Amino acid sequence: MKKLLLASAATMLVSGVAHAEDIKLGILIGFTGPLESLAPDMAAGANLAVQEVNDSGLLLGGGTTVSTVNGDTGCIDAGLAVASAERLITSDHVSGIVGGMCSGETGAVLANVAMPNGIVMISPSATSPGLSTAEDNGLFFRTSPSDARQGQVMTDILNDRGFDTVAVTYTNNDYGKGLADAFQAAFEASGGTVTLNAAHEDGKADYSAEIGALASAGGQVLVVAGYIDQGGGGIIDAALDTGAFDLFMFPDGMVSDTLAEKYAALTEGSFGQNPGSDSEGTTVFHTLGEAAGFSPTNAFSAESYDAAALILLAMQAAGSSDPQVYKDFVMDVANAPGEEILPGQLGHALELIAAGTDVNYVGASAVELIGPGESAGNYREIEMRGGEMVVVGYR
Amino acid sequence: MDLINALVALLNYVIIPGMSYGAQLAIGALGVTLVYGILRFSNFAHGDTMAFGTTFTILVTYWLQSMGVSLGPLPTALLALPVGILMTALLLLGTDRAVYRFYRRQKAAPVILVIVSMGVMFVMNGIVRFIIGVEDRDFADGARFVISARDFKQMTGLEEGLAIRTTQVVTVVTALVVMALLFWFLNRTRTGKSMRAFSDNEDLALLSGINPERVVTVTWLIVAALATVAGVLYGLDKSFKPFTYFQLLLPIFAAAIVGGLGNPLGAIAGGFVIAFSEVTVTYAWKKVLTYALPDSMAPDSLVQLLSTDYKFAVSFAILITVLLFKPTGLFKGQSV
Repeated sequence: MKKLLLASAATMLVSGVAHAEDIKLGILIGFTGPLESLAPDMAAGANLAVQEVNDSGLLLGGGTTVSTVNGDTGCIDAGLAVASAERLITSDHVSGIVGGMCSGETGAVLANVAMPNGIVMISPSATSPGLSTAEDNGLFFRTSPSDARQGQVMTDILNDRGFDTVAVTYTNNDYGKGLADAFQAAFEASGGTVTLNAAHEDGKADYSAEIGALASAGGQVLVVAGYIDQGGGGIIDAALDTGAFDLFMFPDGMVSDTLAEKYAALTEGSFGQNPGSDSEGTTVFHTLGEAAGFSPTNAFSAESYDAAALILLAMQAAGSSDPQVYKDFVMDVANAPGEEILPGQLGHALELIAAGTDVNYVGASAVELIGPGESAGNYREIEMRGGEMVVVGYR
Repeated sequence: MDLINALVALLNYVIIPGMSYGAQLAIGALGVTLVYGILRFSNFAHGDTMAFGTTFTILVTYWLQSMGVSLGPLPTALLALPVGILMTALLLLGTDRAVYRFYRRQKAAPVILVIVSMGVMFVMNGIVRFIIGVEDRDFADGARFVISARDFKQMTGLEEGLAIRTTQVVTVVTALVVMALLFWFLNRTRTGKSMRAFSDNEDLALLSGINPERVVTVTWLIVAALATVAGVLYGLDKSFKPFTYFQLLLPIFAAAIVGGLGNPLGAIAGGFVIAFSEVTVTYAWKKVLTYALPDSMAPDSLVQLLSTDYKFAVSFAILITVLLFKPTGLFKGQSV
């Protein structure tokens, strides 16, 4: 028995050496938890980019393959997220992480796991303004914009639609609080009034108390900065039932297929926004995604594709899969100058980089990294019309 | 006119939601209190028992809907309710046979039974998720409103709307029927009387020839019915999600303890105390006061005693106050 164990251990060592050119990429998102309905399409987006790079066979001089390992964060469970990240790094030996998904959990993983181990993280969906100033040793990037930007976009949408008094309720965590405060600051600076900015807890039995307070405060529109699969849905139900509000604004945590199915007909005229753009890359990505058999239009799927692509292109530019080396090349490949790269052209990009040409990765979500390595931010504005959720413009 | 508006706003945002939430908590607390009174332990698996009963009611409701059966304006789930109760009864009797009876024969201390019920809770947790999954399920059908806020405004010409949902009416009516039946059973029938005797003094009851196993069986049957009814009413009114049912345990226990554990009347009172304290203490009175007071005295601020973040703190503050000054609860129950 002992010999057998030794033998298999030895074989594993040998095979480990033989596959040294296999790069592993961690996909660390909330496969369970309040945004679990978005996770499958995000993972599929990231896998699509990896698949494309593998098919080209050009990464790091050829012969190198990339595989992905999934880790679950639970979205609001920092403990689970940290444990999953540690497993990805110490036991699966990933060279980079696409993730985390929600803001609180992402901050925890960055501070407790990614920084001590020196691993690059590119989050497709963590949007809290707090992450812009978090210490990251140059290891953290995001292909989604900060909510400070979303707060400004929301203000613009409300002003364009002629609303000047709103009530705000947010889910009581880093994402909700960050967005609600950013929005309130921007909206009040533009001359609007926020009658009440109150938290709601997710997964509670009854939201009549929250709606009672919000209705008493009043406002033309109720801004629900929550999660559709959690308290956000309960708040809308309670508001509609009591007739407290019939117009809502839905930020990115609310905009999903569930929202369209359950509430489109009930909230006619309501509106909202989530990250997305009308760039050429988006259209290409939608075609590619549908061919690969997932829903590329679902929120953050495009951003996930871009996160994975950026990591791999930066490796190519650095000529190394060592995070300490390639972390300095992420901004270079993401921004001008250089030849513009759309989804489906990753093979071409690898070729260009190998030949020493600059690339400017545009990707599926019109990536342009600014400041501390976060997306400048393009949003898709949606509206409920005739019982359906339709895209009415881009900002 | 303004006074009527104030009254309508109060009804719409405080009294009606409080009534239906209170009724749901009261039926849940009745189940907890019965187990405590007769089997002498706090049953932590009660929330998941509710989820289990609701699960089967939902499955049968879906089947009935697919067969085209409906109750018109009333939710179809009411027809499916007996099946849910039956399945829950089987589950509870099975659990009693397999788990609780063993500890009862050992004359285990109540605290051991509490921990055992926690184990049962986790198992039921798993079973429910295995059968129906973790997602939110909306199984209410029929007419959504008896009167909607918009209709009410048009009918009366008032500024404030009053919405009454079908499920709220169903909840309150069903709760009244269930409570009446339970009190009739406990006070008028022979079995009910033997249950009360058993609860008051076990030894004396045994001496006078009451069969303990029969009392236990009947208790579980009643608890199954109460848990399923409470779960289905809650699910109809809001929506069904296993995780929320697990969290319902907290307010239900608070209700049972505030009222006095083991005292059915107390459980009902406790349910309403907890529900109304959650809604009223954190209510922003601005709207009501603006209507009720003359313009010059209308408030600018929200007139909110506590932010809604603290609504759970309110029910626990009440719980602690009651336990400090009246350990047996508002109505004379057993002390914890």
